Amino acid sequence: MTNIEKTTDEVLRLAAEHFKVSREQLSPDDDFFKKLGINSLQALDLLTRIEQHFQIELPDYELQGVSDFRTLAERIQSRL
Amino acid sequence: MKSFQGKTLSWQVLDDAIELTLNRAPCNEIGQASLAELERFVAALPALQRDAQVLIISSARTEGFCAGADLRELYQVGQSLREAEKLAGLHDFLQRIHAVMNALDEAPLTTIATVHGVTFGGGFELALVCDLIIADKTARFCFPELRLGLIPGFGGIPRLKRDLGNAVVRDLLLTGRSINATKAQAVGLVSQVVAEGDALRVARSTAAQLKKFDRDTAIAAKKFIKPIPHEELRREIEVFCELFTRPTVAAGLRKFVESTDALPYLP
Repeated sequence: MTNIEKTTDEVLRLAAEHFKVSREQLSPDDDFFKKLGINSLQALDLLTRIEQHFQIELPDYELQGVSDFRTLAERIQSRL
Repeated sequence: MKSFQGKTLSWQVLDDAIELTLNRAPCNEIGQASLAELERFVAALPALQRDAQVLIISSARTEGFCAGADLRELYQVGQSLREAEKLAGLHDFLQRIHAVMNALDEAPLTTIATVHGVTFGGGFELALVCDLIIADKTARFCFPELRLGLIPGFGGIPRLKRDLGNAVVRDLLLTGRSINATKAQAVGLVSQVVAEGDALRVARSTAAQLKKFDRDTAIAAKKFIKPIPHEELRREIEVFCELFTRPTVAAGLRKFVESTDALPYLP
């Protein structure tokens, strides 16, 4: 598994755990807003979990236009 | 009145601490109703202070501490008024909220903001008037005003400058980005970071410690270390009002209010 695949997998696991859905229901190319049915405040909550888990800072403007798990994982990877 | 239950907030005196709890859906946005009840609280403070040494401000909303000014109300009220009336109304609102913030800032009590989740704009400014901020891990702090073509209007810049280094102030203001509780503690904004849902318990425990100290000494120490930047606060109102008259602000507010985007606060 490559680093980006590992990071994507971690993000999917975190999202599933945080929003209480089955990990198997989520795929890297899913639109997380649609798939999880979340709003902007919940997305910020997920961002906080991600920052804590990966011990990074990810400015929210870096997520502008990002709606799928794979691209989110790429943004995270660039800060690791 | 030792306790009060309003439409947007409530308060009670518990174990020598005043607990002010914000509770207005969705996330304690501050509009006319909240302002009126905050004014009521400030008016009650001299009597409440006789039985208390600490003030704890917290939120009963799961979404967070406070999302700031009620932009939807601001936009809707603005739509129904002529330009001069709009500006006069805004000026009056800002002076009133500044009076509340200043009263809380210099209250002869030790004040603790207990925050979680969204602590944005005016909510951040409300936390900044307190002597201590105790944040749970979910807290995020942000000044998103520049995204609307404005500056913070409830005393944010002068108080942020009072408490933090200028580079951090510029980062927060000019990027409009949000920071989490850990970062906020690292830059000196937050006193303690605690587990999710634990901030109020820790605030009460902190209050129990503070109550062991002589009250007059605590008041004297606070006066000495926490000056109120009155002149800059007055200037902030004027600058905010000047900026507000520009068409970009009306457009930004309209976009925010009418947006169905998942992240409407991101321009």
